[in-house]
Amino acid sequence: MSWEVVIGLEVHVQLATQSKIFSGSATTFGAEPNTQAALIDLGMPGVLPVLNADAVTKAIKFGLGIDAEITPRSVFARKNYFYPDLPKGYQISQFELPIVGKGHVDITLEDGSTKRIGVTRAHLEEDAGKSLHEDFQGMTGIDLNRAGTPLLEIVSEPDMRSAKEAVAYAKAIHSLIRYLNISDGNMSQGSMRCDCNVSLRQKGETEFGTRREIKNVNSFRFVEKAINAEIEWQMDELESGRKIQQATVLYDPVKDKTFAMRSKEEANDYRYFPDPDLLPLEVTEQMMNRVRADLPELPGQKIERFMTELELSEYDARVLAADRVLADYFETVVSVSGAKPKLCANWVSVELLGALNKNDQEIDASPVSAAQLGGLLKRIADNTISGKIAKQIFEELWNNGGTADDIIESKGLKQETDTGAIEAIVDQVIADSPDQVAQFLAADDNKRKKLIGYFVGQTMKASKGKANPQMVNQILAKKLV
Amino acid sequence: MALDKEDVVKIAHLARLQVADSEIDATTERLSSILGMIEQLQAAPTDGIEPMAHPTDAVQRLREDVVTESNHRDQYQSIAPATEDGLYLVPQVIE
Repeated sequence: MSWEVVIGLEVHVQLATQSKIFSGSATTFGAEPNTQAALIDLGMPGVLPVLNADAVTKAIKFGLGIDAEITPRSVFARKNYFYPDLPKGYQISQFELPIVGKGHVDITLEDGSTKRIGVTRAHLEEDAGKSLHEDFQGMTGIDLNRAGTPLLEIVSEPDMRSAKEAVAYAKAIHSLIRYLNISDGNMSQGSMRCDCNVSLRQKGETEFGTRREIKNVNSFRFVEKAINAEIEWQMDELESGRKIQQATVLYDPVKDKTFAMRSKEEANDYRYFPDPDLLPLEVTEQMMNRVRADLPELPGQKIERFMTELELSEYDARVLAADRVLADYFETVVSVSGAKPKLCANWVSVELLGALNKNDQEIDASPVSAAQLGGLLKRIADNTISGKIAKQIFEELWNNGGTADDIIESKGLKQETDTGAIEAIVDQVIADSPDQVAQFLAADDNKRKKLIGYFVGQTMKASKGKANPQMVNQILAKKLV
Repeated sequence: MALDKEDVVKIAHLARLQVADSEIDATTERLSSILGMIEQLQAAPTDGIEPMAHPTDAVQRLREDVVTESNHRDQYQSIAPATEDGLYLVPQVIE
């Protein structure tokens, strides 16, 4: 039987505000337990929530970033359920009238084509606290520092057809929230969390199958693995003639399996109703204009500009524009170095990203700053050093810091561009290699192109990499006739 | 629309309200009569009237994003039944 996979994602994004969505408590990550949980966050009787203006601004920004309609009057609702890390017994969320309506996000698939994924809605809500089950005999420890942190829950249409598409969508959302500067998107700290709704149906069927929801997936890699594990399980069930029961499941990375968490019938009865403590949230044209004026260049626009203005390939443009910090880094390198954007693109996406990857570091904390790399590429551009020497200097910058100019100076790495000096080395190489010279002279043009590499290599070696490679080539071409 | 006893038991459980067996019949009757009143309200003609999310005709005031609270954990935890290492302790929750 041939199955079609249908996936929809609910992405929770913590908005990077200073204070909580309904109280003046701080939202700093990693504080001592319960030191950022005041009376409102503790759900004490008689307190009233007061909405944070910046959380609203950030939600509107996201809405504009996905080309969505912003609801002029949205409404907060209570989502009722009992859990100790939710002290009020309800979560303040939005239900019938969310602040952000229908929008869309474009994702790039592996073959380079793009696909438009619908966003059904995005709503503001408060995060819950954290429960710690392990360390207390027969008790559960509750830390309410996270309770009341503003969240934007972004709900997609069931438009994805594979785990890879779901990852591409999650990455596109991640990129967008970083561009908009509304969240740090740090998945390991829980600033962005994905719930994945997965169902299967037979190819050609128009009705959706019963879905199961994988909760709280906290890395792109696990989004892919969890969805694939769930697809495999559902396929086995269906092919054995069993029916899928709607359920909430968790992914166990060690076993690479999903398992059911609780039955939905009770858990899902949230009895939403409008929160009488909060008035309708009005978004005025004036607020919209302020946010619009503050909107940065978005990933799609940046890719376009990198291709047209900087003449990068689409591939390079996509790699560099995927992350705002990386894109800013690249543009600083271009402006500091004055080198060709293509050269800068290669260095950033190959040397720098390669080194960061190898050392498991993020661009935000790169040991080599954009100014340092720009200073290095400036010296390739003005022919002071060759690309090969530049790689040596890059390593030096990575390990010990400093500036390219100082390293060139102190290590005497300046490229040899004196024709006479290079000629002398070339003459010596030719004199030392009679066999290779004979072979070269006997060869046809095609073979010569390969054989000349030997002489270039020897000359570069003899010059300790400092000879200008173009000049070496020119001189060799002249001498080897 | 009338509720039956099972609805009442379920609602009470969701709201974590203890309703004694002896009170279930009376509670069912009272809740049903409230629903009856709502049915009456729903019969009122509302065509062309904009739905309200709140009885007062006002909109939400917003607060500047500024931290105004400081740490009073010791005071808050002095009235908690059990705490340890700065955490509030509750009977174990089993997932």
